[in-house]
Amino acid sequence: MARQTTKLDTKKVSAELFTLTYGALVTRLLKDYENIDDVNKQLERMGYNIGIRLIEDFLAKTNCGRCYDFRDTAEKIQLAFRTYLGVFPQVSNWSAANDEFSLLFDNNPLTEFVELPDHCLNLKYSNIFAGILRGACEMVQMEVTSWFVQDQLKGDNITELRIKFIKKLEDAIPVGED
Amino acid sequence: MASQDVLFEFLHHEIVAYCNSKSKKEKEDVSELEYIGFACGYRIIERLTKDWPRFKEELDMLKFLCTDFWSSIYQRQVDNLRTNHQGVYVLFDNEFRFLSRISEGNQYLEFAPQYVSYTCGLIRGALANLGITCIVTAEVHLMPACRFHIQVQKS
Repeated sequence: MARQTTKLDTKKVSAELFTLTYGALVTRLLKDYENIDDVNKQLERMGYNIGIRLIEDFLAKTNCGRCYDFRDTAEKIQLAFRTYLGVFPQVSNWSAANDEFSLLFDNNPLTEFVELPDHCLNLKYSNIFAGILRGACEMVQMEVTSWFVQDQLKGDNITELRIKFIKKLEDAIPVGED
Repeated sequence: MASQDVLFEFLHHEIVAYCNSKSKKEKEDVSELEYIGFACGYRIIERLTKDWPRFKEELDMLKFLCTDFWSSIYQRQVDNLRTNHQGVYVLFDNEFRFLSRISEGNQYLEFAPQYVSYTCGLIRGALANLGITCIVTAEVHLMPACRFHIQVQKS
């Protein structure tokens, strides 16, 4: 096996395999659960498990410091999407209180090969994102919630993920630290 | 390790954990995981080989799998490929990625099947789409090394 180089675009291949694997997982879940809401919940839960681990990798890689406000957080989340999925979501639609914003995706890597059949219209296909964000933010003492407002899979022009800040998790800080 | 691969690894962990929780009754049941791998392998290989020169023989396809395919997914080529030229191939990966996060040695050997079956399926699916029907099994003696046995079914 002397040849070291490959003609394949490694990055693209692993991204596509990720997409396909996620798709296979969703298909599996749809078979296992009768209720589509349960599938959404399960995806969110899996995302949460990923998020609580992923944040550590993110902090190690990017050398990010503390966020000063939620706008700061939004930028970091945007950066995370760029780092891990190679997409550039736009941050917009801030609420007046600065505690809610939207991420706008022109293209969503998870749904690249996907079409939703008619009986799955309630499915939040990319709900794993919501879980990842909840898990990751929880590990940095923030409770957030997120949901899809628009989804290209359901015929909208863009995919819009709305993220809302709920509260700071004071109790999670170990004793003796600020 | 590239960032995207970290995400893929976490996703793989979640799938393993999920399939595990589903198959509590039969603890050794890894067929779901294998099937997920199969479905992915079957699809991805079609995209990869679209613009690839036609393979001359079985061994060429196996070589493609061990070098280009493997290195795009696991960031390294298979360390060694052996064959008896009668339809049996053995792939040696001395540092299999999905096992590299588990402590080395044989303390957790009983969990190894869950972490290699996705890849067994992936190989089987990829070869199936290339026109080779086969059985893929894995063997782990000492983590993180892993061997994949491919037995081609002659029709």
